[in-house]
Amino acid sequence: MISKLSKTLLTLLLCSTAAAETFVFTAIPDADETRLNARFSKVADYLEQQLGVAVKYVPVKSYAAAVSAFRNDQVQLAWFGGLTGVQARRLTPGSAAIAQGAEDPEFKSYFIAHHSTGLINGAQLSENIKGMTFTFGSKSSTSGRLMPEYYLQQQFQQSPEQLFSRVGFSGNHSRTIALVQSGSYQLGALNYQVWLKELAAGKVDLDKVSIIWTTPHYPDYQWTVRGDVDKRWGEGFKQKVKQALLDMKNPELLNAFPRKAFVPASNKDYQAIEDTARAIGLLD
Amino acid sequence: MISAPRYHLPTGIRSFLLLLAAALLCLPFADIEISNRSPWQEFAAMAGGFFQPTLLPFDELIAAIAQTFSYAFLAVCTAAVGGLFLSLFFHQLWLRSLCAAIRSVHELFWGLLFIQLIGIHPLAGYLAIALPYTGIFAKVFAEIIEEHQSQAVAPRHSDRFSHFFYAQWPQLLPHFRSYSLYRLECGLRSSTVLGFIGLPTLGFHLETAFMQGLYSQAAGILFIFYIMIASLRWWMRPTLLPLYFAVALFSLWGQEGLQLSLASHFLHDIIPLPIRNGEDINGILYWLSHLGSTEIGPGIGNTLVVTQIALLLTAVIALCLFPFSSRQFFSLPIRFSSHLALVILRSTPELIIAFALLLLLGPSMLPAIIALAIHNGAIIANLISRHSHQITLRLDASKGFHRYCFEIMPRIYGQFLAFLCYRWEVILRESAILGILGVHTLGFYIDSAFESFRLDVAVILIAVSALLNILVDQGSRQLRHRLHLRSTPQAQRNK
Repeated sequence: MISKLSKTLLTLLLCSTAAAETFVFTAIPDADETRLNARFSKVADYLEQQLGVAVKYVPVKSYAAAVSAFRNDQVQLAWFGGLTGVQARRLTPGSAAIAQGAEDPEFKSYFIAHHSTGLINGAQLSENIKGMTFTFGSKSSTSGRLMPEYYLQQQFQQSPEQLFSRVGFSGNHSRTIALVQSGSYQLGALNYQVWLKELAAGKVDLDKVSIIWTTPHYPDYQWTVRGDVDKRWGEGFKQKVKQALLDMKNPELLNAFPRKAFVPASNKDYQAIEDTARAIGLLD
Repeated sequence: MISAPRYHLPTGIRSFLLLLAAALLCLPFADIEISNRSPWQEFAAMAGGFFQPTLLPFDELIAAIAQTFSYAFLAVCTAAVGGLFLSLFFHQLWLRSLCAAIRSVHELFWGLLFIQLIGIHPLAGYLAIALPYTGIFAKVFAEIIEEHQSQAVAPRHSDRFSHFFYAQWPQLLPHFRSYSLYRLECGLRSSTVLGFIGLPTLGFHLETAFMQGLYSQAAGILFIFYIMIASLRWWMRPTLLPLYFAVALFSLWGQEGLQLSLASHFLHDIIPLPIRNGEDINGILYWLSHLGSTEIGPGIGNTLVVTQIALLLTAVIALCLFPFSSRQFFSLPIRFSSHLALVILRSTPELIIAFALLLLLGPSMLPAIIALAIHNGAIIANLISRHSHQITLRLDASKGFHRYCFEIMPRIYGQFLAFLCYRWEVILRESAILGILGVHTLGFYIDSAFESFRLDVAVILIAVSALLNILVDQGSRQLRHRLHLRSTPQAQRNK
């Protein structure tokens, strides 16, 4: 029984091209990692029904692992952030962004602060943040690292290391809230969606932590598919995948992302992200 | 002419002063600060979780335990056999260097490299443990053999093979066995830690739970892990080896094929960027010097600072904790609880301790230093307390603090230093790992390089940290020779 159970888990966690007939997708672990399986296996069922091929979801442990799995053809479809999508498409010639959340063309980040800093919400960041401690989310996060770093540079003409007394990487957006709320870091920046979700779930104590600045809009998350899927699952498969995503209307499914709906996207929607990443030195 | 006799400090004291001086020298460069102002809410949640552990769903739990065990067991078994074979040829310089090189890279970095090379596959996890462990086994087994060379008596003219198996083997076996058991404990820790990068072991669930703030669940997983480690000596019986081997093989077997095609990606990616872009020598030198000044230099500096201060603190913790587990000082109930406490302290992955401390103390090198010191201090305390059991005291020997200072300490001090030297390179290796916390050690930059898919940078940084490790290893070897310490703590422990 042990081996059977562990095999079940293993096949869920690990996969490779040998199972070519199964279409596999993943999502970057940007927030609530627990119950990922439960949340995304429903999406897998939906896609299976729409596409008429076996579809499987595999969880990954880090942003980089999601990109690696996509590049290595262990997954053929992925829900990436802006930056991870750019990384993945650069490493996987022929792959394309096909859909994004309705919210994603106008995504934003929140800068948050511990109450002891005395900072309040404003139209731009206060000069007083200089010398405080600051945490990003994951190193490859668009809303938790890339864009916040970009806007900091824009306003202060300094890198975060020069600006702050300490710069950390919490690992994910939920953790950023926890670390700023506990006062471990004075400031943090994160995905606005995760903030709203945690706030609704009652995990944010507004007496301890609050928003001090909202960034301008930028494009973020998207679905990216490998270029060779038509060859392997038949002509027009990529289009079918795209349509299935755009047709996803069930709020329960959409909530896994969490998005209101999916809308079409293309690689060039993310040119700005790529340019920003290059300007900051996250891409060569 | 009569000259006054020159007084030399005993070598043991001198070495401790050296350790102290090194740590004090590093202190001005250390980024140490307590900056957290309201940690108690999160800390209370953590403590609450620890006292109300919840278990994972049964099937997930069993699967995770089976995986944790299987990776560790298979890797340690094969590494022991491979290491034994290599130890017979350990007089060859190239082999010694090779073994030093493979063991100087932390399992986590081997894991990240193998995932790039062969994809997310059980073999990547297995190799990440088996490879460095083979290097460690080869070294330790070779040293055990060397130390018992003279005691082996065999008929003259017997060939080397017979000499080894008939004269030496029976003496060596208990040492090999005891060391292998200790390595299996390390292997279980390694396979758990590899869960942090995606291996489906207990660490996978532990990291998820901890990062999400689900402290009850995290505690449940930790308790299972403590039980596995604490009961190791009872369930790991030689007669059960074939059964365990079959179970381990079975639970990792049956995976889909390897993707060797990835090797070409990998080989392309590790070529330094300016060479790939066809730049001239100036471009390459500029790239290297930029890497040197922004990452390698600060990385080495921070790694050494964390290591030296942690090493001193490790020594202090070990010397304070060991008496509680020692038969020379305390009775069974205290020894038993101390034993349990040491199991908990040494089995909790440093990353978890460091995260808890990060919440409590705020970000600086301090959480990393304390986490390393607690973990390694508990390991050394456990080893020297067991060592102290072999000391026979006079019936009228002093008691309490006097016994500690004047009876036990002088007798275990050399051994203690030997263990400390041995942990020196381990601490250095592990301090690289805590870079993931945002302390800018070499490990921080290596992790960043993997995150941004700069494998060329990652490989160079890994090579630098390996080199640093080899240097420290050489340094500790010289120190041990100067102090006339046995080079293998384990071998001496059993005398």
